[in-house]
Amino acid sequence: MSAALKVVRPGLFDTLQDLGRIGYMALGMPTAGAMDRIALTLANALCGNPANTAGLEIGVIGPDLLVEADSVRVALVGPLSPSLIEGSHSSPDGPPKPLDSDRTHLLKRGQVLRVGMVEGSSTAYLAVAGGFGLHPFMGSLSTYVRAGVGGYQGRKLAAGDALPLAREQAPPGDEKKLGQPFDYGSGPVRVVWGPQDDYFSSKGRRTFVEADYRVSKEADRMGIRFEGPTIEHSKGADIISDGIGPGAIQVPGAGLPIVLLGDRQTVGGYSKIATVASVDLPRLGRLLPGQVVRFAPVTVEEAEKLRRDQEARVQRAIADFKTARPPGGIDLVRLYEENLIDGVVY
Amino acid sequence: MSVRYLSCGDTAFSVEFGNEISPEINGRVMALHAAIGQAKIAGVVETVPSMRALMVCYDPMTTSRAKLEPEIEGLVARGLPSGVKSRQVAIPCCYDDGEFAPDLAEVAERTKKKKEEVIALHLASRFKVYVLGFMPGLAYIAGLEKSLYLPRRSQPRVRVPRSTVAIAMDMTTIYPFESPGGWHLIGRTPLWMFDQRREQPVFLAPGDSLTFQRIDRKTYDRVAREVEAGTFDWAKLVRA
Repeated sequence: MSAALKVVRPGLFDTLQDLGRIGYMALGMPTAGAMDRIALTLANALCGNPANTAGLEIGVIGPDLLVEADSVRVALVGPLSPSLIEGSHSSPDGPPKPLDSDRTHLLKRGQVLRVGMVEGSSTAYLAVAGGFGLHPFMGSLSTYVRAGVGGYQGRKLAAGDALPLAREQAPPGDEKKLGQPFDYGSGPVRVVWGPQDDYFSSKGRRTFVEADYRVSKEADRMGIRFEGPTIEHSKGADIISDGIGPGAIQVPGAGLPIVLLGDRQTVGGYSKIATVASVDLPRLGRLLPGQVVRFAPVTVEEAEKLRRDQEARVQRAIADFKTARPPGGIDLVRLYEENLIDGVVY
Repeated sequence: MSVRYLSCGDTAFSVEFGNEISPEINGRVMALHAAIGQAKIAGVVETVPSMRALMVCYDPMTTSRAKLEPEIEGLVARGLPSGVKSRQVAIPCCYDDGEFAPDLAEVAERTKKKKEEVIALHLASRFKVYVLGFMPGLAYIAGLEKSLYLPRRSQPRVRVPRSTVAIAMDMTTIYPFESPGGWHLIGRTPLWMFDQRREQPVFLAPGDSLTFQRIDRKTYDRVAREVEAGTFDWAKLVRA
């Protein structure tokens, strides 16, 4: 019997994502990929996976997943309300046990993981040790729903889907957790002017960096449409279409900015006033409708340095993982819980 | 016109060869795209050609803008080769149905023509595929008759149906998927510009010469069924 996680009840918008489908933009293929690459990287690292392993990106409401494998180790990363695990061999009807986020959990056959709600953010991630046993499309497992490619059948998860696992059982090892939640930073979203900042009046550029912009309801994996004061063009909204980098901020004729994210088109014809610095793209990927941001300009060199510093902090966070069971000792809490629920003594 | 290097954040920059659409400028873009591909420069992740610019995507962990830009300048200065092969492609298009062409009346009004005149000019246009982009299989096809030039809509539509034929500025396009879009919708083809069942999922290629061929609704429905079933003979659309 092949190992799988079976979707008992889907969440709102769960898709498999890795770090993106790189190298095919010239064919018009968007990169897609995790909205919050840091959370996915941490989830994978907790499981012992390479950073580019596909995990489940959970949008707002998580799914219920039945374990159809001897065992599986999962990592949940992101601001989730407590997830629940239900059912076990010895006491299938025992009380559900809450599972914290930002750590790994060992699940066994027949158990149902009820992933919690994402709170105060739009995304959280579930990684599995060993990854999912699916074939990449154009070198990546990232789901791109508009073209129906990648991930699990090119779409968000639905009830009855069985996500194949690469491993029949969890690798041996301790459970791990983050030392502390990752600090994404606060304050204005850093941007680099261009490529078409010269299509805007000085008044328009000032508006863009001085005004508050609110995330509208039109926010998804493709991009975020903001509401706020209109940004004045000087040379118009239309350009000869050119490439759109991650985080590009295009301003159509109506004057309101749209930040373009993973599922963005590869090329577009609206002038782009600025581009979100890559250090702050994971923050953009976490925004919810109604939240307010400001944009602050930095130079390319500053943005590159901010990104390198952030990568170093991610690596430190990984080096700083704690064992969920104290090293060399016994996790008394876990021993107690396992005795009550599972009847297993370690 | 001199080459400009425009910032696209800290993971990309755009090499812009001019501010017009011409075979010469696009030829330089495609040539630099090929040259960078061959040069295998450390830290370059991929390059994205468009009408008159090449976006160079890089990994700021491995390299930097300050290091890369002079290398690209070196490639440009050494001179770029040119030359593109061309196919002749005829795309069937149904202009008749109001559902397929919701903007035909507005285009006619804004260009001070009858609807039939707009259709005739679209059919008379000799198009060329410059670039694939926006989404898989979407081609930017220049060569629209001048009297049909209009800017994009100021507020893009949230949903444009698959295979819609649209115009904006001096171009036409065919939407490969349902997607948002800011162009004027004047018809629909029964063909799918992206079909992952095919060995080559993307039908059009940069450099293709292209015209539209008018079909009625009955023909549209018949061809649409063949495309859906995967039995349509795509080769008959192409003359080498």
